[in-house]
Amino acid sequence: MAPQRSQSARGYVAKVSLPALPPPIGTSGLIGWLRQNLFYNLTNSLMTIFTVVLLWLLVSSASGWFVIDAVMQAGSKQECLKIDSGACWAVIGKRIEQFMFGFYPEAERWRPLVCFLLLFVAIGPLLLPSFPARRQMLWFSAIYPVLTGVLLLGGAFGLPPVKTALFGGFMLTLIVGVTGIAASLPLGILLALGRQSKLLAVRTLSVMFIEFMRGVPLITLLFVASTMLNYFLPPGTHFDLLLRVLIMVTFFSAAYIAEVIRGGLQAIPAGQYEAAQSIGLNYWQTTRLVTLPQALKISIPGIVNTFIGLYKDTTLVIVIGLLDPLGIGRAALADANWNGLSNEIYLFVALFFFVSCFAMSRYSLWLEKRLATEHR
Amino acid sequence: MTPPSASKRTARKTAARSKAKNGVKEKTAPKRSGKAGNMSVIKIGQMNKWYGDFHVLRDINLEVYEGERIVICGPSGSGKSTLIRCINRLEVHHKGCIIVNNTELTSDLKNLETIRKNVGMVFQSFNLFPHLTVLENCTLGPIWVHKMPQAEAEALAMEYLERVRIPEQAGKYPGQLSGGQQQRVAIARSLCMKPNIMLFDEPTSALDPEMIKEVLDTMIELAETGMTMLVVTHEMGFANKVADRVIFMDEGQIVEQNEPEAFFNNPQSDRTKSFLSQILGH
Repeated sequence: MAPQRSQSARGYVAKVSLPALPPPIGTSGLIGWLRQNLFYNLTNSLMTIFTVVLLWLLVSSASGWFVIDAVMQAGSKQECLKIDSGACWAVIGKRIEQFMFGFYPEAERWRPLVCFLLLFVAIGPLLLPSFPARRQMLWFSAIYPVLTGVLLLGGAFGLPPVKTALFGGFMLTLIVGVTGIAASLPLGILLALGRQSKLLAVRTLSVMFIEFMRGVPLITLLFVASTMLNYFLPPGTHFDLLLRVLIMVTFFSAAYIAEVIRGGLQAIPAGQYEAAQSIGLNYWQTTRLVTLPQALKISIPGIVNTFIGLYKDTTLVIVIGLLDPLGIGRAALADANWNGLSNEIYLFVALFFFVSCFAMSRYSLWLEKRLATEHR
Repeated sequence: MTPPSASKRTARKTAARSKAKNGVKEKTAPKRSGKAGNMSVIKIGQMNKWYGDFHVLRDINLEVYEGERIVICGPSGSGKSTLIRCINRLEVHHKGCIIVNNTELTSDLKNLETIRKNVGMVFQSFNLFPHLTVLENCTLGPIWVHKMPQAEAEALAMEYLERVRIPEQAGKYPGQLSGGQQQRVAIARSLCMKPNIMLFDEPTSALDPEMIKEVLDTMIELAETGMTMLVVTHEMGFANKVADRVIFMDEGQIVEQNEPEAFFNNPQSDRTKSFLSQILGH
């Protein structure tokens, strides 16, 4: 109770319409932002200062090894040590082509390079609605997998054939990662719909597939792909190892995607299905136009999470003898000239994965924001 | 005494009650069509439905004529919503028959699609598609079900959005609209399919008093165009003003049906009397 105040406020009526005034100084703009975020109160200010000091210590101590004392050009580890005490990045420079292409024939390396550049042209229209001439470019996205296949494998249009066993490095990571991602999303959607189907046979098959794939470690599936599959296939059939890996990785990730999307579908209120039915849409129209777009939107964080996991899991192909970037790194370490430079090599591979995964993560955040229609 | 603008709902109920008591005819009421056409558009015979073991609808018999406006009321859990949801087969009936526009509702998908094209439905919770704009919500059906070209569908949608008086919201998303506006968009969305029957499942129950009026006004205008309407509602004022027939349901049965005047002035069954005294008694 505040008797005096209520006395004066009682019966208060605004007699004139008041103009809108600018906010008080220090509550908006740069100063306002700094105050709100970095120096809001004592604790907040102390945390800010602590963080700045910590960052400074980290950067100043690490920059010596990473940059200042680092050696960019040298012929071996011994030469590096003679020049300076920091990181010996020269090993990356010497091995960069192998990191990129594995053992792909040197004369043909323009082919994966072209594929890599075209990859951006192919995924651009899929990911960005504002892509120039998007409709027409989607046709290119559709033929891109075939185009890449022909370019990389050769054996047609006068291109010399290249065995998949020679594929390696970042190129291999991208082939397995991008194929797995692109193929497991549609398959995962079908499995999620299948699991919710009214048809018992479809539902049972979907559940069995999902539960089996999810219940087995990827490494086991890769071993099955590389060795055991031969027992099941008719003798004499040649079934490319990389292709088997692609299928296994796709199936594995599709099972996870299916469960993520099922979660999204279950969050769609029954009213949405009913409204769609009441205006006469059939099952596939309802799914495509009403429920799936909403379910996918809710599932974006989970889907991207699965994709990032899949992308990093491509390094597991090393156990069946495919030379992913880690495999190439091992090969470099086994070289007597560069023996013992595991820090440099693993950090470089880590950087490659981090850049890819961080890009996926940022894209998913951007996409979520763009699709948020509820409270715009 | 409540000021009139604060609660139209109460006012309307009071009006309904006073009319029920005095038998005074409201002057503003639109002309009733009576049994406008004598062509029956919905015919329900000996229809029964169960939810598991629970017998929700028991021996429902109902015939609706073209252009008729029917209000269905009754206590909650009496099966009103289930009944109208059976008419476009959002719920499946287990016994008896439902014939809509001379087509019997069976598990045959072809029949079902034809019926759904001609029967519009408006829900209590609007059920607009949140990822589509108001305009896209309205054009979805015409484009995909009637295979209408996009430009034509948009023109049609704008025509109906104007009719429900929100053409300026066409580019917005449902989440940016008030409840009343959303419900009017939902009405426009159904009308875009050019149905000959409209079902309303408690269209105003999720709305604030002010918004109830705008939605009811839209429905009254729709009634004036001669649309066949089945409305589940607790808005007795609306029933009084617009309905050709009021149906009272209790425990899965149609307990009483009559013209609104007789229904409100002279209810026959005890259950109707006690229901009316409760709903109009405050």
